[in-house]
Amino acid sequence: MEILYQNLLAFDRYDLIMIGIGCLLVYLAIVKEMEPSLLLPMGFGTILVNIPFSDALVGPIQELYHAGIANELFPLLLFIGIGAMIDFGPLLTNPKLMLFGAAAQFGIFFTLCMASMFFPDFRDFFSIAIIGAADGPTSIAVANKLGSQYVGAITVAAYSYMALVPVIQPPVIKLLTTKKERMIRMPYEQKSVSKKTRILFPIIITVVASAIIPQATALIGFLMFGNLIRECGVLESLSSTAQNVLANLITIFLGISVAFNMTADKFLQLDTLLIMGLGLVAFIVDTAGGVLFAKFLNLFMKNKVNPMIGAAGISAFPMSGRIVHKMAQEEDPQNFLLMHSIGVNVSGQIASVIAGGIILNIAAKLMGG
Amino acid sequence: MNFLTNTAVNIDFNPMAFVDNLKYMGVGMLVIFVVIGIIILATKLVNYLFSE
Repeated sequence: MEILYQNLLAFDRYDLIMIGIGCLLVYLAIVKEMEPSLLLPMGFGTILVNIPFSDALVGPIQELYHAGIANELFPLLLFIGIGAMIDFGPLLTNPKLMLFGAAAQFGIFFTLCMASMFFPDFRDFFSIAIIGAADGPTSIAVANKLGSQYVGAITVAAYSYMALVPVIQPPVIKLLTTKKERMIRMPYEQKSVSKKTRILFPIIITVVASAIIPQATALIGFLMFGNLIRECGVLESLSSTAQNVLANLITIFLGISVAFNMTADKFLQLDTLLIMGLGLVAFIVDTAGGVLFAKFLNLFMKNKVNPMIGAAGISAFPMSGRIVHKMAQEEDPQNFLLMHSIGVNVSGQIASVIAGGIILNIAAKLMGG
Repeated sequence: MNFLTNTAVNIDFNPMAFVDNLKYMGVGMLVIFVVIGIIILATKLVNYLFSE
């Protein structure tokens, strides 16, 4: 009997709060369907690691963390799956769309400056800024590589706001555009993209981005490796495995092992709330950056672009592209922006990974590496 | 385990850090546009060379 109540008495209020947070993540995943594939494992992992004397924390979860997250292996393997899922076709028919992907990374660098006001260590404010990449694996990989103490909070913020993109983006877009601008039609010219182009594209991106930002080689390389498997046409089985089995398996391990950082002493801090707030700023400024850049281009362009497509430049794929298309249809049911917005959306995936590499590059210089 | 109170004391607010780090914003956005610009040109070239 003594064993029973001794273990029960070991619970303190902080353990209970964290178990409550774990249950909240599970609830959001199941009931609200917010990024369920990641929030559910992360939520359950949070429950596991906050039970006093848990043999799950100092044991399998710790081992998984060191085997796959501390060395950035899981995010990179997940990128193979993501790369295999992405069709760059809409982007290849109109490469200029990539400019919007670049503009929508503004939130990262704005948040970097914002976070620096609260967090003196550059490894922390650089890591917090990368929430604006709107890309979970990039956020985890960069925060880990920089050795930030806030990996758990950054991961929760990144994935939560990715799931909340349909709530965050529309009001920002509406605030920055007029009804007339939202009704601008963009005819889509169907062009065929040759197989050679589709095969060369991932190789070109890898070589160009890595040559200029060597710290982005792993991130961009694994993403493009996945895409090359998809596009080469001779690895159907591998492509299917990467898109489904590999991506699902890694997502399970990634989610549950991120929970290693979800213990009360690391997570239950005011810093966490601040990071959540800064993450929201990052997503809002990303959206604003893309929209305002499109409006700026319209000052010089004969054929105006619908400025809403700039908002799809954040990496949350494919939600952001779909939101822009839906908003255009609400204003004018005959306005079809989907191909443009998805093209911008996949360019955001590329640009966010490049931005992650730039952050790592600057950090390496600061560390003298 | 007084996390909340400890952290509240530890948060330093330094508004000048925003200005000090603006250079990273400038460099970051410049590099990203340069890299994307090169990729756009290379993609256009490949599209041109291998168009069907």
